[in-house]
Amino acid sequence: MALLETRNLTAFYGDFQALFGVDIRVEEGETIAIIGANGAGKTTLMRSLSGVLKNVPDAITFEGQAIGDLPADAVMTRGIAMVPEGRKLFPSLSVEENLMIGSYGRQIKGAWSLDAVYKLFPVLQERRNNPGTALSGGQQQMVAIGRALMSNPRLLLCDEISLGLAPVVIKDIYAAIPRIKASGASMVIVEQDIGQALKVADRVYCMMEGRITLSGTPEALSREAIHDAYFGKVEAA
Amino acid sequence: MTLINASSHRVEIATSASRLAAIAGFVIVVLLFAAPAFVSRRLLQDLFFILTMLGLAQCWNLLAGYGGLVSIGQQAFVGIGAYALFGTSILLGVNPVPAILIGGVVAALLAIPTAFFAFRLAGAYFAIGTWVIAEIVRLLVAQWKMLGGGTGTSLPNSIRREFWFTETIQDLFGVRAAASRDILAYWLALILVLSVIGGIYWLLRSRRGLALSAVRDNLQAARSVGVDALRMRWFVFISAAFGTGMIGALIYMQKARISPDAAFSVQDWTAYVIFIVVIGGIGTIEGPIIGVLVFFILQALLADFGSWYLMILGVIGIAVMLFAPRGLWGLFSDRTGIQLFPIRRRLVRPMISNDKREG
Amino acid sequence: MIWVNTIVQGILLGGLYALFAAGLSLVFGIMRLVNLAHGDLIVLGAYLILLLVTLLGLSPFVAVLVAAPAMFALGWALQRYMLNRVLGDDILPPLLVTFGLSIVLQNALLEGFSADSQRLPTAGLASASIELGAINVGVLPLMTLVTAVLVIVVLNQIFYRTRLGRAFRATSDDAVTASLMGIKPANIFAVATGIAMIIVTIAALYLGTRANFDPSVGPARLIYAFEAVIIGGLGSLWGTLLGGIIIGLAQTLGAAINPEWQILSGHIAFLLVLLVRPRGLFPRAVD
Repeated sequence: MALLETRNLTAFYGDFQALFGVDIRVEEGETIAIIGANGAGKTTLMRSLSGVLKNVPDAITFEGQAIGDLPADAVMTRGIAMVPEGRKLFPSLSVEENLMIGSYGRQIKGAWSLDAVYKLFPVLQERRNNPGTALSGGQQQMVAIGRALMSNPRLLLCDEISLGLAPVVIKDIYAAIPRIKASGASMVIVEQDIGQALKVADRVYCMMEGRITLSGTPEALSREAIHDAYFGKVEAA
Repeated sequence: MTLINASSHRVEIATSASRLAAIAGFVIVVLLFAAPAFVSRRLLQDLFFILTMLGLAQCWNLLAGYGGLVSIGQQAFVGIGAYALFGTSILLGVNPVPAILIGGVVAALLAIPTAFFAFRLAGAYFAIGTWVIAEIVRLLVAQWKMLGGGTGTSLPNSIRREFWFTETIQDLFGVRAAASRDILAYWLALILVLSVIGGIYWLLRSRRGLALSAVRDNLQAARSVGVDALRMRWFVFISAAFGTGMIGALIYMQKARISPDAAFSVQDWTAYVIFIVVIGGIGTIEGPIIGVLVFFILQALLADFGSWYLMILGVIGIAVMLFAPRGLWGLFSDRTGIQLFPIRRRLVRPMISNDKREG
Repeated sequence: MIWVNTIVQGILLGGLYALFAAGLSLVFGIMRLVNLAHGDLIVLGAYLILLLVTLLGLSPFVAVLVAAPAMFALGWALQRYMLNRVLGDDILPPLLVTFGLSIVLQNALLEGFSADSQRLPTAGLASASIELGAINVGVLPLMTLVTAVLVIVVLNQIFYRTRLGRAFRATSDDAVTASLMGIKPANIFAVATGIAMIIVTIAALYLGTRANFDPSVGPARLIYAFEAVIIGGLGSLWGTLLGGIIIGLAQTLGAAINPEWQILSGHIAFLLVLLVRPRGLFPRAVD
């Protein structure tokens, strides 16, 4: 049984349809990358998975249970944590408080704790009493990842974690992914940076205009196939 | 996408319902003007009450429904307009009929410092800010010993006998002085309300109206497309105060007795008015008209129940806000698509739709 | 010396206004909601205490312990089932709903308790005073100020030292992201209003023991509370205390010059602060 599965997932913003029947599957311990151009529907997919966008119950199943209609807080309590696009740290909370609030709805013992997060990102311990928003972009991203890990999620959703960061900082952050993977959490990573995504992913889904256009293991996908799935075939344009 | 063929499209505002309504409205207005000839004095007084409340409601609707300025201090302008009428007629000997205009002007002048302070407060705090200022004006007026201080004063009979036009009305209808004053007040109320509605409708259909809805919907966005939002808000606030002040002056000219607590009553001049607008449908011209009729009927049915009546009004207001936030007219308009005072510009295509999507 | 006395009385009166304002400040700080029925809820609290005093023969200071949980429940339910439905970008619905609530409460109290003014019995405490040097300080006003300071200390502790406080601040910053942390914003808001109602009950105790009250006095308390919150700066609890003291001082000084100017002086002090510091004395950085 897959850890998470979507069946014919659709999403609307008012009259505008953003997702057209998306089917994805995440196995236990697997890291999935979802790539696609701006506006392909990647963030909408993540918002649906995390419960921010409501859906019909059966559209999303997690550990065999229909969760498509649950609100975000109930989804989180079941073990799906999200690193939202744009990091979304709480400006009124210090770094440490931002981390601590990550386990608000799900306090279970596991691989991740305040100490474990500080070990993963030592710089955060030095700045623990600063307001979250006083940090650099890369450090803020570390807080956002650490915050999501604090609940010891079974599935970690990472939305555009390299967006707006310098290449050297991206490298630092992606260095943490294998260690998160080793802790047993499954991951769904949304990326525009195809190179980074292919390096860490076990499988890749490519999205265009609200649909999955291609999927497979990184090794099995040719550059041309990804290019076509990403930008559409040249004849169609 | 195909290009829109400009020659085959027109921009229209009127709808067929609005054209019918215009004809019906004209007939109703003629009947209302003729009413003193065939209705009882009691009914005329009721109509006066309905008209003045409608006028206040339209002014508040302009502020809150169109301008996004939720004031709960409009009683400041009712009170100051009324006191201006009493002050100028008792102390300066101005005839009360033209003094109504002075009431409006004084209210508009008061609106300037009020806006200066209240515009510093954002959103909900603006509302209480206007209330504080109304309280300040009430407390200051209560210090005005020449007009009776806290206990208030009456318009002396010598002044009441001198109202303009009343002798003509007495001759015309063959009525006594008191009845002629009621007829005069009624006509003035009718003229005022029609001017207020006409003025608001004209404003909303003008370029300023477009700017206004932009300001209400999104202040920042309106600024970014070049709408001078702050000036628009000043304009709306002062206009609403002017209208409210004139109506306040007229109400107290007819009452002929004034006190600070009554003239600056938040319940009579703001709570009721908000109820009327909310229940009828905020942000429409039709809404307050429906609302004032509902309000009047409820008052006629329930006024004997005292505080129960007000409780019921409060509960109805809350229920409408929770379950039908666009009010009775909003419910009706959503179901039927009818608009009697259309302000939206619609693109009218005389031909069958030809903009099939390609691509 | 008489001026020193006036100033001390003003500061003590400020304690009462700070108590009126603390709940308003808390609720605004967390959910940007201005509850126009706040003053009437204080009056409701006073009547609830009065009811317990008359029916059970309790002292008001004991009755408040019974009334507070009831008021918490009322606030929780009010927020959960009514006010949460109207929270949003549009400021009009919450304003109008709470305005309606204010009218309902005033008239319900009028129907239930008549317009006669009431007073909570204090067995002589209301007239007791202690001598501090040459100044006579009323025991009850002193207790009010001390209580106000305590309330604000406790609120700050909750806000900055507890898990609930973190959830308050996080939800206030960004409710959607807070829900990704497993926080239920609807419940957090309900708890916040519940806590505000506990403060309202404490304020009601002092409202009712220090002076007469009747169903119509709520709106004026709302206005004083509002002025204190604005003067202090939105969302700053210590600022709210200072704001309350400024209003209290202005009223007492005004009354010393001419008794008719008491209320007016408070309002004018408010306008002056608004003129100089539109965002209050301690505006918070994050908004």
